[in-house]
This record gives sequence, C-alpha cells and structure tokens, in this order.
Amino acid sequence: MTPSKRLQAALPAFVLSPSLAAIAICVYGFIAYTALLSFTGSKMFARFDFVGLRQYERLFDNPRWITAVENMAIFGGLYVVVATCLGLYIAILIDQKIRLEGVFRAIFLYPMALSFVVTGVIWQWLLNPGLGLEHMVRSLGWQSFTFQWLVDPDWAIYTIVIAGVWQVAGFVMALFLAGLRGVDTEILRAARIDGAPIHKVYTRIVIPALRPVFLTAFVIEAHLAIKSYDLVVALTKGGPGVSTELPSTFMYSMTFTRNELGVGAASATVMLTSLAAIIVPYLYAELRDDRRA
Amino acid sequence: MANLGINHVTKSFGSLAVLKDIKISIEDGEFLVLVGPSGCGKSTLLSIIAGLEEHTSGTITIDGRPVDDLEPKERDIAMVFQSYALYPAMTVEQNIGFSLEMSKMPKAERVERVSKVADLLQISHLLKRRPGQLSGGQRQRVAMGRALVREPKIFLFDEPLSNLDAKLRVEMRTEIKRLHQRLGATIVYVTHDQIEAMTMATRIAVMKDGVLQQFGTPEDIYDRPANVFVATFMGSPPMNLLPATVVDGASGPRLSLKGADVTLPLPSSVTARLEPGSDVLLGLRPEWLSLAAEEVSANPMLTLHVDVIEPTGPDVFVALRAGEREIMARLPTGTPIRSGEKRAFALDLSKAVVFDAGTGIAH
Ligand SMILES: Nc1ncnc2c1ncn2[C@@H]1O[C@H](COP(=O)(O)OP(=O)(O)OP(=O)(O)O)[C@@H](O)[C@H]1O
Ligand SMILES: [Mg+2]
Repeated sequence: MTPSKRLQAALPAFVLSPSLAAIAICVYGFIAYTALLSFTGSKMFARFDFVGLRQYERLFDNPRWITAVENMAIFGGLYVVVATCLGLYIAILIDQKIRLEGVFRAIFLYPMALSFVVTGVIWQWLLNPGLGLEHMVRSLGWQSFTFQWLVDPDWAIYTIVIAGVWQVAGFVMALFLAGLRGVDTEILRAARIDGAPIHKVYTRIVIPALRPVFLTAFVIEAHLAIKSYDLVVALTKGGPGVSTELPSTFMYSMTFTRNELGVGAASATVMLTSLAAIIVPYLYAELRDDRRA
Repeated sequence: MANLGINHVTKSFGSLAVLKDIKISIEDGEFLVLVGPSGCGKSTLLSIIAGLEEHTSGTITIDGRPVDDLEPKERDIAMVFQSYALYPAMTVEQNIGFSLEMSKMPKAERVERVSKVADLLQISHLLKRRPGQLSGGQRQRVAMGRALVREPKIFLFDEPLSNLDAKLRVEMRTEIKRLHQRLGATIVYVTHDQIEAMTMATRIAVMKDGVLQQFGTPEDIYDRPANVFVATFMGSPPMNLLPATVVDGASGPRLSLKGADVTLPLPSSVTARLEPGSDVLLGLRPEWLSLAAEEVSANPMLTLHVDVIEPTGPDVFVALRAGEREIMARLPTGTPIRSGEKRAFALDLSKAVVFDAGTGIAH
C-alpha cells in the first residue's frame, strides 16, 4: 500500500473517532454511571456506598412516583390512542383527492416544527381561564361558560394530552398518508366492483393493510410520550400540586432540587428499561425485515 | 350472461381524447378481446364498461338496458385485474367471498359458493392462506375465483396473464378458454398480446390511439384486415407489404411489383375497381409463400434471395430479399433451403389483400 492509500483507508476512522468517543462517554458512559448511582445512597452528591435495591424500594414507596406512573399511563395511553386515531382520520380525509392538499398537509404538519416548550406555552395561554378559551367565550356573551381543566387537579393531565396530541397528530397523519398512498389503486377499484361501501373499504381492506404504519406510529408516539418533559414543564410545571407529575419531571426534581440523587437515578433507570422494552423489539423486527428484503 | 353494447362511446381526460366514437356489440356468450398497442385506451374502455370510469358521451347497454347511471356493483359484472388486486389482509376464502358478504348473503350459502368455485379452480387447499403467501399463478386463480363466485352477467379481464411467465401464461390461457366454454359466459378481455387475442376470442376489436380499427371474428381480422395497421399488428411474423402499381393487362388490371420485374394477377379478394397507375400495397402473410416445385405451378412465382433462416421448431421463418425489400416466409421444417441461395417461390394470392398506399385502407 502506498502512504496515500493507507491514509485514505484510515481517514474515515480518524474522522469518526471524536464523535464515537463522545457518544461512548456522554451517552453510554453516563447511562452506566446513572445505573451505578441508582444502587448507591447518593443524596446531593454522588457517593459510592452501595445499598443494593434500597433506592428502588424508596422510589416505589414514594406516592409522588406512583402519581407520576399513573399519569404516565393515562397520558401515554390517551396520547397514543387519540393521536393515532386522529392522525389516521385526517389522513383519510386528505386522501380523498381534495384540492389544496399540499396546503392542508403543511398546516397539519406545522405543529411538529414547534418545540414542546412553545407548544406548552401556547396551550397554557389558550387554556388559562383568565386569558384563553374561557375568557373568549365569556366575552362573546356566554357568561356561565367555564373551562378550568388547567387548574383542576383531576383534569390537568388531560390538558397535556390535548397539547401533546395537537402537536404530534399532523406527523402521524403524514405517516398514514404515505401508507394510504401505497395502497394499490386497483385494490380500491376491485372493492368498488365488489360493492363495498366506503367505510367497509377502509375498515376491511385499507386499514388492515396499514399494519406496519400502525407499528411505526405506535413506537414513535410511545417514545415521545415517555420522554415528554418540556411540555409538562411549560404547560403546568407538574401542577396543580403534583397532579401532572410525570416520571421525567419527577426524576428532574428528585435529582436536582430535592437532593435525592439516588432515587432520581433509580427512576431514570426504570424509565430507560421501560423505553428499551418498547424500542428493542421494534428495532429487532425492523432489522430482521431489512435482512430478509 | 348477457349481450353487451358499446354505442358511440367517447372519453376525454380534459382536452385529451382517449376514446373516439367506439361502437362494438357482442351477443350473449361471446368472448370479446380488445387488443391494441400500449396506451390505445383498452383499459379505459374496460373501466367504462365496469362503471369505474365515466364516459364523456355514448351509452353502454347490458342485456339491452342502458347502464350508464349504474354503480359498478349494480351492473352485475365482475373484473379480474392485471395486478390481481387481492385484498392483502384477508385470506383467500375471505377474498373470494367478499362480494357475497357485501351483498349480505347468509354465511352458509356463501361458504358453499366459495368452496364450489375453489374446487373448480383447484385452489381449495389455499383457502386459509393470505395473498402474500401465494405464487403468481395461484394469485391469478384467486382473482378469477373472486370474479366467478359472483356469477355475473359479464366478466371483464384486464391483461390478467401479463404478470405470469410464458409457460403458465399458455396454461392459464387454455384454462380461461375452457372456463368460457363450460360456463358459456360473456367475457370482455383486454390484452396487447395478439396471440392471446387470436386463440381465445370469438370477436376481436383492434384499437389504436383510441380509434376502433376493426371489429370482427379472428378469421376476419387475420384474413381480411381492414387496414395496414391491423394487418401488421395481428400475426407474427407480420404480414408482408409489397409496394406495387396497378397496370392494365389483357384480362383486367394487374399488379406490377416495384423493384421486381413481375406482374401479378389481382387477388380475388379485391372487389373495388382499381384505376391503372394507382399505388397500392400487396399484403401477403408469410405462410402464403412456398418453395416452388420444379414444374410450372399454377400460382405466380417470384425469384428471391434467401437471407436468414430462423428455425422455430414446427416451422422455419425465412427472411428473403427482393432488391432492397425484405419478405418473410414461413415454411415447414425440413424444407431444403440454404441461406445465400436464389430460389423461386410460389405466391398463394387467393387470400392476399391489397391496401391503398396512401390511406392504408384495404381495397
Ligand atoms: N386518469 C387519466 N388522466 C389522464 N389521462 C389518462 C388517464 N388514464 C389514462 N389516460 C390516458 O389514456 C390513454 C389510454 O390509457 P389506457 O390505460 O386505457 O391504455 P391501455 O390501452 O390500457 O394501455 P396498456 O396496454 O399500456 O395498459 C393513455 O394515453 C393514458 O395516458
Ligand atoms: Mg391497460
């Protein structure tokens, strides 16, 4: 090998090595570090006095964590189901060969371009009883109208669902629209000849054919739901009280404001493993499909 | 089962006229093949018959009754698509039974109809599978089953065999023909394969650029093509077209072949009076040429240079040269002939066709 050839062969490794090192340390290194800390009695600072599963016991004894997990179930479940249904519904409407399709697509996709913080702030204003929807309807003359979900501990979690769905539905729509466009038009013609009414065409033929899209949508929504943090912070700051606490906000406040580094690390580890439980089977299925194709 | 009428149907997409004044009618139990080059409007015409596409003007009648305002499902037709268009998420059984289910037929009756059709097509063992688990030929059968199970008045096929390999195509061709004979069904079948057209049809409609070129039986189309396009489109190798001039002879007009020093009698098929001096094309199918025997034959002869010999098994195709012009002949295998020779060929003019050199229309 000539020197220049050897340099050429070494160049990719050389160029990639800084980012590989950064990922190895900053991502996987700190994941390992966090997992390690969750088995220690760390309070404000990291200490390496191993206490076994003590911090996990404390975590699951903490009512605030239980609230956070319950909220996650409500928020995550509704977020995934509503966003999927709404996205699919909008996609079906847009697929009816409408005019100005590009414009509508852009309008529905636009929220995805906003950060969660901006979404949170917008919806905070919209849902604020003194500023937003309630104020507007009252100023139109309906004085008895009330809409106080944002400040009602029982209902506040649903405002997060609304804001989250609003943001992601357009993206889900784009996924489904691509799937719908992939359905062979001859199949639709065959269904017309077979005398299937339009709703049967969708429920019996088109939607079952979209199974892979459902899987993709679910994985994307599920991981967005589990990692959602900024939306809650911007919209409700976990309140009123701890009524909109999610695992992520719990983890943050434990670790950085309440000097419970060990519990925070334990909650982070629990979140990571539950995310992995969703993502890994998906990746496995996808990669296996790739190999077969 | 029913007759079908296509009366002065036209179709435009915006300013693009795709079908121009199509007029075809077939009787109950006929097998109509629509044939023509790609983009000539065959699929569009079939979609119009099915009611999937609206025509711009004209009427479609089924059983003498106009169906222009009826939905596809009300027309009592069934269609087999080129891509088969099976419903991917349903089993074969559900695919075949879907139209019956949509027409609210009771389950027991439905199952019986599906199993009867599955038996007929020999796909009973596949009923629980999904389309993704079938081979191309099996999918093709399922698609046919989906059409058969409805027992419609008219079957519509849009190039149903074009995705199959050559061997399977021939098999399925025979099978469709057998089904047609057995069911006595009225069938409209689209293809761009002229062999499919010739072998299956009882009536052929040849189309080009949205215009119906000729409508008739396979014999009409093959032996009496209406114009140069039909003559060269149907038949393989295509009909030879030899430029000639009409000249006066002792017993009426004769044809003087250009570039060869021969005159030929006018074929008996010509009914029109040809003006001496007018330019024509003499149409000769390759099988109407034969190697002339030693003794003087009754048929007119032409001496030609043997260029290339292509054996195909039962026949040999021989490319002959007359000056600049190439002429194809189809001779039985075993004919003693070698390339490079000059040989005399007898022409069977009894079926030969004469076309106007300008318009291409048969005289
Ligand atoms: N929806 C449409 N809009 C505009 N033009 C169309 C439309 N559908 C078909 N055409 C045009 O109509 C003409 C006939 O199309 P058609 O599909 O009937 O052809 P075909 O004879 O079936 O060809 P092939 O053998 O390739 O299937 C083509 O020139 C095509 O471009
Ligand atoms: Mg076509």
